[in-house]
Amino acid sequence: MKKFLSFLGNLGLLVLLAVVLGVWTRLSMAAVGVLAVLLILWLVFFRRGRQTLSVTRVGISTLGQRLGASSVIVIGIAGVVGVLVAMLAMGDGFAATLAQTGSDDTAIVLRGGSAAELNSVLERDNIDVIEQAPGVAKTPDGKPVASAEISVVANLPKKSDPTVDANVQIRGVDDAAWTLRPNVKILAGRRFKPGLRELVVGQGALRQFAGLEVGKQIRLAGQNWTVVGEFASGDSHDSELWGDRQTVASTYRRGSSAQSVTVRLTSPEAFDTFKSALVGDPRLKVDVSTTRDYYAKQSEGLTKVIRVVGITVGVIMAIGAIFGALNTMFAAVAARAREIATLRAIGFRGVPVVVSVLLETMLLALLGGVLGGFVTWLIFNGYTASTLGSNFSQVVFQFKVSPQLLWTGIKWALAIGLVGGLFPAVRAARLPVSTALREL
Amino acid sequence: MKYFHLVWAALFRRKTRTFLTLVSIITAFLLFGMLDAVRTTFDSGSKSIAGVDRLITSSRYSIIQSLPQALQARIATVPGVRDVAYANWFGGIYQDPKNFVFSYAVSPNYLDVYPEIELSPEQRKAFDDTRTGVVIGPLLAKKYGWKVGDKIPLQSTIFPQKNGDKTWQFDIVGIYSLGKGAANGMDQLFLLHWKYFDEANLYARHEVGWYIDRLASPDDADRVAKAIDAISANSDHETKSQTEQAFSASFAKQLGDIGLIVTAIMGAVFFTLLLLTGNTMAQAVRERTSELAVLKTIGFSSRGVLGMVLAESVLLLVFGGVIGLGIASVLAPAVSKGSGGMVNLPPVGAGSWALGVGLMVLIGLVVGALPSLRAMRLNIVDALAGR
Repeated sequence: MKKFLSFLGNLGLLVLLAVVLGVWTRLSMAAVGVLAVLLILWLVFFRRGRQTLSVTRVGISTLGQRLGASSVIVIGIAGVVGVLVAMLAMGDGFAATLAQTGSDDTAIVLRGGSAAELNSVLERDNIDVIEQAPGVAKTPDGKPVASAEISVVANLPKKSDPTVDANVQIRGVDDAAWTLRPNVKILAGRRFKPGLRELVVGQGALRQFAGLEVGKQIRLAGQNWTVVGEFASGDSHDSELWGDRQTVASTYRRGSSAQSVTVRLTSPEAFDTFKSALVGDPRLKVDVSTTRDYYAKQSEGLTKVIRVVGITVGVIMAIGAIFGALNTMFAAVAARAREIATLRAIGFRGVPVVVSVLLETMLLALLGGVLGGFVTWLIFNGYTASTLGSNFSQVVFQFKVSPQLLWTGIKWALAIGLVGGLFPAVRAARLPVSTALREL
Repeated sequence: MKYFHLVWAALFRRKTRTFLTLVSIITAFLLFGMLDAVRTTFDSGSKSIAGVDRLITSSRYSIIQSLPQALQARIATVPGVRDVAYANWFGGIYQDPKNFVFSYAVSPNYLDVYPEIELSPEQRKAFDDTRTGVVIGPLLAKKYGWKVGDKIPLQSTIFPQKNGDKTWQFDIVGIYSLGKGAANGMDQLFLLHWKYFDEANLYARHEVGWYIDRLASPDDADRVAKAIDAISANSDHETKSQTEQAFSASFAKQLGDIGLIVTAIMGAVFFTLLLLTGNTMAQAVRERTSELAVLKTIGFSSRGVLGMVLAESVLLLVFGGVIGLGIASVLAPAVSKGSGGMVNLPPVGAGSWALGVGLMVLIGLVVGALPSLRAMRLNIVDALAGR
């Protein structure tokens, strides 16, 4: 009967824990702040609170003697938080790079159902129709601000390992491309000249691929091209090489066709007019989206996979860490059994004991979370990586360890601490005083 | 072995603690199994046994550039080449853009250069005789429930037909099975006739994506590759020939620094694991100081005690590790199935098991080293006195 009751008690504890964790994951930073303040108030102004404080103080002051075991909690949790934050930072960085590309007042037109530029083809007469559509902004001399573009993929050796060839995206653009993307700035050299086999390279591509320095020559489809400039855009165009569309098209025997048309709209509101004009045109079968939507969509799949993998790995590691913490805290409680029993014998109640063991574990967990987050930030913030994007070419992106992610990491750490500390704490409070006093 | 029961009993002296440690170890090796499976997928192309006698010839400049079909006859004349097949990327999707199908338009002899694709003679004949016929891989058939005789409309994201229609009709005439050593991913191909594709599509006439050159002898690969590339040197369709392994490895590498990231994660996991288990072992030995002293008093040698403590920690790790890897073996295919093909985790292979068991023993030894040394150096008198 007694066993059954304690089993029921444990079961109740588990349910309570699940509920608390469920609420905890949804709490905002402000709510957690309020909780912390409430806790401090309770510790300072209530009798039980003050008792808790003094028990905790004893626990913390003896931490030094249990340095090995306590550091297991800290480092174990730091590992979990570090891995989790790094994985999420990778996903966020990739998504951010593509999300920064594009804007609401420019639109991109692809052949219907193409999904990515690589699969799209637009013929010359289609391009003319698109450029003349209503809603397209015009330059003072009446020309539409539109750039028909070709995007091809070339093989170039990687800088990190020259024996490995990777795909780089080459974009053939019209003159208006510079007006369409005002964030593209020339860092060194100059723009390419139309009609010549000249290229400007994005700074991301320059970092990833060998032999793209200004002044060097590369071979594309059997022809020599000269790199004449380096540009920065702060988005996914950084991974590209730009050249004149007509010249790229003739190199790759594309005639007068293009793959996409990007236009500046007179205003973001003009998008609907523009889209319905093109969709309603019987001569065309095209997909129209704002460039912001288009690039955001391209990151969706990979970002989701990275997130799922990151959280799965995080959860599995967290389980491992919880059991590590449980182990350590059970041992800590066992080591202090006599001391805790003495406290209870002289009148301390269960609550201060439970809370103090919990506080101690959560403190160690917090330390671990901060440590893991800090190390990840140190190593990975701004770390450059690249992967294959939806156009079969390398997209260079940076890990982004944001405060938001660090906060997520700390929340995980505290949750692990809570689970890892609760059961040993309850055990400490439940241990019969007489047994505990006799324990070694 | 004589003292196995003693070691076993010591392991379960504190059931809670052993259980908790075991769970840590199990999760660590579960993670290891899954991550190692992912890692192996990334270089599985370079590890498959089949394909050592095949070269892939593709455009030197870019994967999106095609080669003239006329090149086939010229490659076939290179000494050392037994057979030349070719294929073109079709880019098919089924009903929804999310349902991407690995579809290639292939030459009539494609199935001959891939002997690991096993097709019954009747189905092979049906494929040869049907213009719109396709053969598909077992996994693909399972995924969509396709059977021989089904008519499948497939949309090409790249190639419309001459009449502008992007939907192509195909008849499934065969479902192949895979022989030994087939590379990863080969179980979900959708192979259609290049001739049908070439005649009916709007753009690419007489162009192929890549050639597969079957060699008379694998040792000849370098020389033959150079000879093939020499044919089109300085033309506007220069080629690059490489072994099939190198070809797929270069593809995998493009996905980025995944291998590196996976290794980093595993490093973090094992560091943590080492710490947790090491701590437990240290605790266990500290607690049993007097027991160990008794053992020594009744005649166990110092080295014997060392061996027993070491055995205990190795046993603990192998026990937990095998369970963890076992779960991973079951879970990985389940995850692949559950995600509907989005995440494709291969089953944990023999290589991962071997590596895993090696790691278990190694970590067991490392973790047990300090406590067992402590146990060996134990002074009987001090230990019995509780000093």
